[in-house]
Amino acid sequence: MANDTVSAIGGATSAAETQWDLWEVFTQEGEGAPHEHAGSVHAATAEHAMQNARDVYARRGKVVSLWVVPTGAIIASAPGDAGPLFDPGNDKAYRHPQFYKTPRGVRGL
Amino acid sequence: MTTGKREAGDGKRDKVGSSVDGWVAGARPATATSGTAENPFFEYLLRLADDRLVLGHRLSEWCGHAPILEEDIALANIALDLIGQASLLLKLAGEIEGKGRSEDTLAYFRDAIEFRNAQLVELPNGDFAVTIVRQFLFDAWDVLVLERLTAASNQSLAGIAAKALKEAKYHLRHTAEWVRMLGDGTAESHARAQRALDDLWPYTAELFLRDAIDAEAVASGSGVDVESLRPRWRQTVDQVIGEATLTVPKDGFAPRGGRAGRHTEHLGRMLADMQSLARAHPGAAW
Repeated sequence: MANDTVSAIGGATSAAETQWDLWEVFTQEGEGAPHEHAGSVHAATAEHAMQNARDVYARRGKVVSLWVVPTGAIIASAPGDAGPLFDPGNDKAYRHPQFYKTPRGVRGL
Repeated sequence: MTTGKREAGDGKRDKVGSSVDGWVAGARPATATSGTAENPFFEYLLRLADDRLVLGHRLSEWCGHAPILEEDIALANIALDLIGQASLLLKLAGEIEGKGRSEDTLAYFRDAIEFRNAQLVELPNGDFAVTIVRQFLFDAWDVLVLERLTAASNQSLAGIAAKALKEAKYHLRHTAEWVRMLGDGTAESHARAQRALDDLWPYTAELFLRDAIDAEAVASGSGVDVESLRPRWRQTVDQVIGEATLTVPKDGFAPRGGRAGRHTEHLGRMLADMQSLARAHPGAAW
């Protein structure tokens, strides 16, 4: 499993048949803001998932939009791939914006 | 705060004393507070408030016991919405009454005979299907009532209705989806949902009964002719129940009397629980 390049989260789970599907919830807290992952809910249908997401994650916040996505539909990187996928970026300082000095007098960056 | 334009009772007592549909006459219990139509608008507000207070408390009994975490939160949310609406309505009722009773006094220091809720909402929660079907039948009615009340001549009531309507639309969306899932779910959930529908159906008739108090409220521009709402309610209910593959029961014997203070045995027990703290420690705060 750790060597798989990709794996579907929650796909082919061993959950009992009495367990509803898992859905990931994304909330947007203002026009133009990104939808951010808020958590997950169990639900039997898409409409049910939307309602549970609303009740659990959106009732007290300033949420203006909700996404719910079947957890199984998300393709995630495997933990074992973290090295090959992400490490190379760290030892090349010039890939980071901090590497570059900002010339004096430049404003509004 | 603006209060209703209608002055209590003046010249209206005779009219209210007679019965429009024949079911109120003689059924009115003699209580010191609200059993008479001395102040019809106060009485009318109690009906609106008590439906919500009692149903909200019933739903709150699920807190910590619902089938799953998400639904536990959902039911508690709906309960809080309803209790919040009741609080606003009882506050307004206290102002209309003009005897210095606060929303807490009205909620916690009236006995069952002084409550004006329909019997449907006081029934025990039963299983999850009973709770959901009861809530659905109420929500489908509630949305229609609140839509009308947003145009009430009493501005306070119109404002409360506008706020409550948003909440009620969500309640209906939630419970309608649940009715579909239960009815069109497993054999077990279908059977339980149908049984709940059969048991609760007779109690829905009371929601559409109109009497002199309603007539007064309608005449003053701050009431709803509930009888006229029935066709649209049936439309919503028939559609959802059809999608849920359930069968709409036949109309038959219909219990009534909640609006006049005659309740099932269940309300007294519920109030004993709901009111015990406030009565043991009057004025308690935290």
